Formats: sequence, C-alpha cells, structure tokens
Amino acid sequence: MTQTTPDAPVRRQRAQVKVRTLRTDRWWLTPFLTFLGLSSFLVYGVWAIIDNSIFVDPYIAPFASPCLAEVTCPEGARLFGWAPIGDWYTLSPGLLILALPGGFRLTCYYYRKSYYRSFWLSPPACAVQEPHGKYTGERRFPLIMQNVHRYFFYAAILIGLILAWDAVLALVHKPLGLGTWILIVNAILINAYTLSCHSCRHITAGRLNHFSRHPLRYRAWTFVSKLNAKHQPLAWASMFSVMGADLYVRLVAKGIIAFPYA
Amino acid sequence: MSYKAKFKVWRGEGGEGKLEDFTVEVNEGEVVLDIIHRLQATQAPDLAVRWNCKAGKCGSCSMEINGKPRLGCMTRMSTFSEDETITVTPMRTFPVIKDLVTDVSYNYQKAREVQSFTPPSSVRPGEYRMKQVDVERSQEFRKCIECFMCNNVCHVIRDHEENKTNFSGPRFLMRIAELDMHPYDVADRQDAAQEEHGLGYCNITKCCTEVCPEHIKITDNALIPMKERVVDRRYDPLVWLGNKIFRRGDNGK
Amino acid sequence: MENTHNTERHEYDVVVIGAGGAGLRAAIEARQQGKRTAIVCKSLFGKAHTVMAEGGAAAAMGNVNPDDNWMVHFRDTMRGGKFLNNWRMAELHAKEAPDRVWELEAWGALFDRTKDGKISQRNFGGHEYPRLAHVGDRTGLELIRTLQQRVVALQQEDYETHGDYEAYIKVFAECTVTRLLKDGDAISGAFGYWRESGNFVLFDAPTVVLATGGIGKSYVVTSNSWEYTGDGHALALLAGAKLINMEFIQFHPTGMVWPPSVRGILVTESVRGDGGVLRNSDGKRFMFDYIPEVFRDKYATTEEEGDRWYTDQANNRRPPELLPRDEVARAINSEVKAGRGSPQGGVFLDVSTRLPAEEIKKRLPSMHHQFKELADVDITAEPMQVGPTCHYIMGGVEVDADTGAAAVPGLFAAGEVSGGMHGSNRLGGNSLSDLLVFGRRAGAGAAAYVDALKSRPKVLPEQVTEAREEALAPLGHTGENPYEVHHELQRTMNDLVGIIRKSEEVAEALEVVEKLKERVRLVGAAGSAVYNPGWHLAIDLRNMVLVSECVARAALIREESRGGHTRDDFPEMSPEWRRRLLVCSTQDGSAVEVEERLQPGMRDDLITLFDRDELKKYLTDEEMAEFDGIAKS
Repeated sequence: MTQTTPDAPVRRQRAQVKVRTLRTDRWWLTPFLTFLGLSSFLVYGVWAIIDNSIFVDPYIAPFASPCLAEVTCPEGARLFGWAPIGDWYTLSPGLLILALPGGFRLTCYYYRKSYYRSFWLSPPACAVQEPHGKYTGERRFPLIMQNVHRYFFYAAILIGLILAWDAVLALVHKPLGLGTWILIVNAILINAYTLSCHSCRHITAGRLNHFSRHPLRYRAWTFVSKLNAKHQPLAWASMFSVMGADLYVRLVAKGIIAFPYA
Repeated sequence: MSYKAKFKVWRGEGGEGKLEDFTVEVNEGEVVLDIIHRLQATQAPDLAVRWNCKAGKCGSCSMEINGKPRLGCMTRMSTFSEDETITVTPMRTFPVIKDLVTDVSYNYQKAREVQSFTPPSSVRPGEYRMKQVDVERSQEFRKCIECFMCNNVCHVIRDHEENKTNFSGPRFLMRIAELDMHPYDVADRQDAAQEEHGLGYCNITKCCTEVCPEHIKITDNALIPMKERVVDRRYDPLVWLGNKIFRRGDNGK
Repeated sequence: MENTHNTERHEYDVVVIGAGGAGLRAAIEARQQGKRTAIVCKSLFGKAHTVMAEGGAAAAMGNVNPDDNWMVHFRDTMRGGKFLNNWRMAELHAKEAPDRVWELEAWGALFDRTKDGKISQRNFGGHEYPRLAHVGDRTGLELIRTLQQRVVALQQEDYETHGDYEAYIKVFAECTVTRLLKDGDAISGAFGYWRESGNFVLFDAPTVVLATGGIGKSYVVTSNSWEYTGDGHALALLAGAKLINMEFIQFHPTGMVWPPSVRGILVTESVRGDGGVLRNSDGKRFMFDYIPEVFRDKYATTEEEGDRWYTDQANNRRPPELLPRDEVARAINSEVKAGRGSPQGGVFLDVSTRLPAEEIKKRLPSMHHQFKELADVDITAEPMQVGPTCHYIMGGVEVDADTGAAAVPGLFAAGEVSGGMHGSNRLGGNSLSDLLVFGRRAGAGAAAYVDALKSRPKVLPEQVTEAREEALAPLGHTGENPYEVHHELQRTMNDLVGIIRKSEEVAEALEVVEKLKERVRLVGAAGSAVYNPGWHLAIDLRNMVLVSECVARAALIREESRGGHTRDDFPEMSPEWRRRLLVCSTQDGSAVEVEERLQPGMRDDLITLFDRDELKKYLTDEEMAEFDGIAKS
C-alpha cells in the first residue's frame, strides 16, 4: 500500500496564550450571583431544619410537608392525619423528607450546571480556564450517582402533589388568606419545575424514536418540552417561592406576621 | 461611517507566537472577518485565516474574538464600541498551524469513530417512510455546520488535553444522539456513547449550546436526552431488573 | 526520486479534485467499484461550496404531484436552458435524479417529509411541478454532510477489512492541485501543494475527476466562495481538454445587496417559491411587466391569479416571480437602471406581508438567521433588498454525457465544472441533482477507464519540475500585490462582461485581461510557504485570468441573447445560434482559441416530447421541417 499520510508534522502545540481567558465582559458575574443564590438556599435550608414552627392552621411549611412524624408533627399538619413514623423519632419532620426534594434538585440537570460552574468552577464560565488539574466528569463515584435523577423525579412528583394538596386544603379553610395564595403560587411553580424536568421529558416520549406511533405521548412530550425550555427560570422561581412560602408560614406560626388575612 | 479600529491578532506558527497590534479601517456593516481580510490585503498578506462562505453556513472561520469562540463572518463590528481593542486568537483547544488557523483533525478523527448510519438491510432506497415529527429532532442536529466551536469551548478537552483520547466532544456526542433518534437506525449506540465516546465526561455546563452559531440546543436536546437514554440502558435499576426477568423468560423458551 | 525532492508522492487509481457534491459522489462511486481513490480539496472536508445550496435537489419523484415524471423534468430543463442543453445529459439527469436522492436517504439524509412520510418536494422557478427534495433552506448542507458521512462509512468498512481507514479512500484536505500531468495524450497524475505547509504533493494516477465547481471569484458581486477560482476549468484547458458554453453565466436574481461586505450572498429562490414577491421602489410587483413571449402562456398575468396559485396550482398559472433565473435577474437589473431600485441599489423582496412570522421562520430558517445576523433585518417584519449576483457558470469541460469523460483520456469532469447539461441557463434545484447524477457517472466512468487500461501512464519527472517551478514563482520575488490584480480582474469582469454585455465593453475587457496576464506573471507573495494566503491567491490568479478570457471571448462571438448571456446589441434569441456551441481551448495557456461546433440534434423520441408550437420558438425552419418529418412517421 502506498503511504497515505503526509510527512508527520512537527508535534503541534496550541497557541500559547498565557492568560486564563481573554474575555473582556463580566463573565464572573453570573457564577458569582449563582453562588450567592444557591448559598442562601443552603443556609435557609439548614435553619429550616432546626426551626420547629412548621404549622399554623391551615398552613403547613413546605419544607416540612408531608409531615410524617408522630411526635413532631402537630395534628393538623399530618398528611390525611397519618403519621407513620412512630414516637421513637423526635427530630425535625423536615429531615425525614429532605432527601427527596433535595436530591431532586441536587441531581437536576440545571442545578448541576449551576453548581459545577459556580461552586466547583468547572468551568466558571465558557472559555475561562478551570482551576483544576484533572477532570473526570460524571463517569465515576460519586458523580455517577447523578444518573439516579429520574427516581428523584418520581419522588418529586409525589412531593409536588402533596404541596398542591396542602394548598387546596388552605384554600378550602382560608380562601382569603395571603398564606393560601402564597402556597398556591408555590405549588404551581414547584409542579411546573418538576414537570419541566429533563427526565420527565425523556419519560413522556423522549425515549421513543417514533413519535408518530404514540400521538398522546408525543403531545405530552411537546408540552413538557415547552416547559423544559424554561427549566432554568422555573428552577430559580420555585426555589425562591418555596423558601418564601416556607418562611412566611413559619413567621405566621411564630406570630411575627399577624394580620387578619395573613 | 468609517473609523480606525484597534486590533490585536495572535500571530505565529506551531504554538510559538504573540499578539500583534494593528490599526485598521472599519466601514459600516462589516464583520470581523472583513477586517481580517483588510489586514491581509493591506498590512499582512501572509496572515493566515480559514474561511469560505462568509455567510455562517460552512463553519470555517471559527476563531476567538475577545476570548469568545465566534464565527468571524457572523460577528458584526457594530457589536463593539469604536474605542475597544478587539483581540482575535485562534481556537484554543486545537493545535495552531499558523496565525488563526488551527489543526482540527481531532474532529475528523472522532467523526470517523462514530458508527455510521445503519439502516435495516430490508429497506431499499425509495422505500423509506418517515413522518416529519419523527425526523425533526435529528434534523435539528443536522443543522450543524461543523465549525467545531462546541468542541473548542468544551472544558473537558479545552482545559484537559489528556481527555481528548476518551472524549468525542459535543459535536460527535450530538451526532450519536442524531443517529440514536433516527427512526430507521438499528445500531446500538447507547453503550458506545458512554464507553467509547465519553458521554460521562459531560457535566452539562452548556458552553457548547452557548457558542453554537446555529443555535442548536446541543445540551438540552442532544446530550441530556442521550444521557437519559444511557440511564435507561445502564443505570436504571428498574429497567435492569426488568431486563433480567425478561431475559430469564427468553432463556426458558 | 530525482527532481521531486521535498515532494511527497501518492499512487491512486482515481484522483478526484474537489470535495463538493459532485466530487464526493464521484469518489464514493469509484471506491464502491473497488478503486483506490483520493479526494483532493482546497478547504476542509465538508466545507465545499455545495453547503451554500439552499433550495433543494430537483428529482421527479412525484411525491407531491403524481403527474410529475422524468419527461416533464426533461422538458423543464431543456426549456430553462433555452434548448441549448446537451439533451443526453438532460435526459440522464431527469431519469436518474430520483434514484440518487433516494440513495442519499439510505445513507442517512433526512429530508423534509410529506404527510404520508415520503420526501417532500417544493416548487421552484421553471419547474412545472413541486419537485425539489429539501430540508428547510439548507439542502446543500444536508447533501454534503450525507456524502461526507458516506465516505466515512466506506472508510469504516475499509478499516474493518484492512485495518486502515484510508486504505481505499483518503481525503487530502486543504490541498490545491496546480497542474495535471500527462504521459503522451493520457492523464498520468496531478501535482499540487498543501496549503498548510506549502509542501508539494504528487499524485500518480491514471484518472483525474474534476469537480472543482465554478468561476465566481472572477466577479466582484458573487455568491461564490474564494474557492471558486475556475481551477478545474483551467486545469482541463491546460491539459488539452475543451470548454463549452463559457459565455453563459447565471446571475442569481436575488443576492444580498447590503451590507457591502456580504454583497452577493445568496437569498434563496425558495423565498419566492414560498410566496415572496418582488417590488420596486413604487411598491409595484414589476415582474408582471417582464414575462417574455416564450413563457406568456405559462405564467399568471394578474396578481390575483398569481396569488391563487400558491394554494391551487392545478387551476392557476404561477406568478412571474418564479420565471427562470435569467429572466428575473434581467428584470431586476432593468428596474434598478430605470431608477426604481431600493435605497442600496437592489429591489425589494418581501415575504413579511405574505406569510405569518412563524411560518417564515419555519420555512426559511437560515434566511431569517442570515438577514438577522448579517444585515440586522427581520424578514418577518420588513422586506429584504436584493439584486443579481454571479452565481453559476453553465459552461465548462466538454464531457461525454454517459461517462463524464473529457477529450483527454483519463480526464473526467462532473458538476459545475462540466458543461452542457444546463444549456444556456440552469434551473434552480437542478444543480444538486446534477452533482449526484453526473458525479456518480464520472466516478463510474473513471473506474471503467482504469479497468480497461492496458498499461499505467507514467509521471514524467520534467513535468513535475516544471509544475514546481511554476508554483514557486510568486514566492521567489517581491512583485505586485496579488490582491490588487485580483480586484482589477473582478471589477473588469463585473462591469464589462456582466449580466448585460456589449461588444465594445467585452472587447475592452479582453484588452484588460491581456494586460493582467502579464501582471499575473509578476505578482509576488511575501512570507513563507506555510499557510500563506497571498501565495495561494497568486497561484489561483493564473486560473482566473485564463477562464475569464474564455468567458469574454465566447461572449464576444455569440451574437444573440440567450439564458445567461445577454447582448445589448443583439437582444433577440436566434434559432441559428442555438445550434452552435462555442468551444474554448488553449495551446500553452498563453491564449485562448474559440471555435464553433454544431450541436447534435435531439433524439427522435425526445424531441417529440415537445409541442410543435413550443419548438417553433427555438428551432430553425430547417429543423422544424425535420421535426415535422419525425412527428408524421
């Protein structure tokens, strides 16, 4: 066979540009703000776990719902009056369910992007060099666990339904309460965020190669795809709404907020 | 209408080089590639730049303008202020040949490693019947003009040369997704995506989508769906269990 | 070996020059027939100008209108070319295009679909039925990517069997061929250089398939990329082959006119096919005033009828915006000359008032994108400004219709670089199908030639030395800036041998070209041989000047107006001239000779596909008498 490659070129190198990036815009701003936003959520979350003012009739703080503990859940806060976790458990009820919405957000494709960029700086912004010498991605433990996202999604559907149920209860018992409407808005945003999930999109019909043979699933996929395009704004909106709603309920429960239609 | 702009252009061969200063005329409606051409015609006739269609359709003139991967022909000068110094460098991830021209053979090598479209042998040309909705997803990925800016910006290889062996970059992971979603493709691509092409390296930080001049939603529509398909295959315990039971049933026959 | 120091040498059966649609299809065919094939291209693999084709590939598949068949397509093609076409090529093209398109689908192409899942087809200027297989308005990209991926698929097969991807087909990207080599009469190889390093390459091969595209870079306003420097045309001439129809150049009616840096870039004909209309500065749809006699009964005469056609094509005639390209280009040219042009010297092409914004974005995504990003114009809200742009040369290497073989043994040509298929004017959509049909035929022709070869022609060292010296000449000295010479050539061709030609002006152009020849010899390129665009241009100039001379000489001789050749001093189409082809050749590259050749008459079963009334408009009385004889029997 004839030789088919040109003279081996001298070992080639990348252009030597000494700086991390030549970007001239404020590329650090987005990761910085993301860092602040996510950190505030973490800080609030820790406080919410410690705090026990989770219920004021008919409002239940979203961080503590569903409230499953016999000891720490007030009567009205229990889901269908049900408290499967017996009296041996005396810690915060939020702790019991934390893993579900927490895991959902932690493994969410959007949140992954945001914390990889803002916390791990991998990369901090496009075309800005990351500070790590090595990179292996989501190929091995622990990051390979990100692949369980869809199970958290199933759980998140349940949580979303429960929050919606909480809002409905509040609406029935206190239709004119500000808290009711805060819970309603929160429930809508949480459910919209949940449904806009990439795993959800995959499950509806993304995994199919023949949409035309499954018209209903295709319609569902189309709907989810539209929501999915808004996954990032929904992630932020629902994060702040759940924090806001949770804080509001606790402040009402503590009596800090107290007016007739609170 | 016309003004003098300050440019810094990386010049050099085989890695060695530096930013050179130029002052050059800019007229209304021009793009960065026009300015590079003006430099060629008036000040630096041997300034190397790759280009072709000048309309954002061939993906030849990929470069980095003020640090961002851009097509020279689609970056309008009006997006910069007149007193701004514009820095133009070659794509950072690939070895430089000369000035703004890089050796993009990595991409062609990876392209070759993706198993080609594999239709069932029973379908003859002319017999293909596909609904528009079934081809639309793959059609989006076929808009790709192969400018390779997604591969250039991807930190997996941009910042870690050693990953090039095991990672095919967004462009070719998207190609796998395109084929995996093709209504007639029968090849098994999910394991290959993870094992051979390094889908697991992707941490979905979306820079590929940000730089795509065709505005293809690479991450949301190709990489994440592909990751989900891989989960179906390899990481979903329920599916795994189902397969086990199903297979046992098969064996029983 | 002697005299080829620093020149790498490769042996192949078939060397394909050009990696656009025709080149890739030829290479695929040659490889499928077991030939070791090299693809040599000036750009990166997959960047060839074919990507710019927007509208689609014309193939009478009858998916949208079942009345369509190869005979209708053949008639449309001949009509579009004003009966100057090589009828055998037009016949093969019409018959084989559907198979070539279907084959692409089996290689992974994803065309837009009809409701029942077949390949959708769209309307286009000059085509009687919806005929263009398309993908939005990026069909060329789909085509080239599919062929590129087919090449890769073949390489993967070779890897399986031989352990080497490049065992049978290899792409030499960013490599320019400057000379074809001959042993006696026959092709023995090709000589070129790597653009990247400046090192020389020698291909030892008994066949060369030219698929280098067109010559647009000899004009200022052109839709063509830098690659279109007429390389294949010039290589063929210098190797002793002949060029025909070089006077026929298609000016696409709708190129962008603003901003200046993108002037000439194409606005696809699909804009009009999908409802876009042309207006002058008075807001008038002027095309109704420009329907030529030969087309009068095929086009709508009122706006109402034209508009109805988009929804009901069976009962209405199509709007005159969809006349063949030469007619529309001339009409726009006249409107602008008459002072009814748009502010930046074009006319208005408006689709914003014709279709809902969403629909425009869906059907014309890349046009929307192109105008938004390049001109900051939103085509869903405002009209575009467009004007004619040099787009395509109908003329090219004279080839045998069935095999693509040129007069020189071992030399083949396909695609835009070959001549005859499109006559005096090419219909939109016929280019992509032409590439596929004749690319395949040229590849097969080359393979058959290799099989029949008794002994392999030899590369003669003195030819290699000569080619080396020729290529190195501009590097050796400081001379005139090649960019200036190029610019003067472009201006000359644009102003003097453009859409409308006059005898004095063309003669003047020839004088300029004569002077430019001398200047080309003296251009110099500063810098090293490593990726030196100045040097590359200096080498390409030889080809551009040679080809421009062919265009101008032929344009001066043909004293009529037909298709892509309009003479102000001979505005009529002449049946006498229809039978005459102008054939260019050169002895040593220093001058071009043009001779006339009689066009062979159409086969009986083909000519009887036409109505007598129609033929009357094109044929001489003598030919009509012959036709009547055939029709009677």
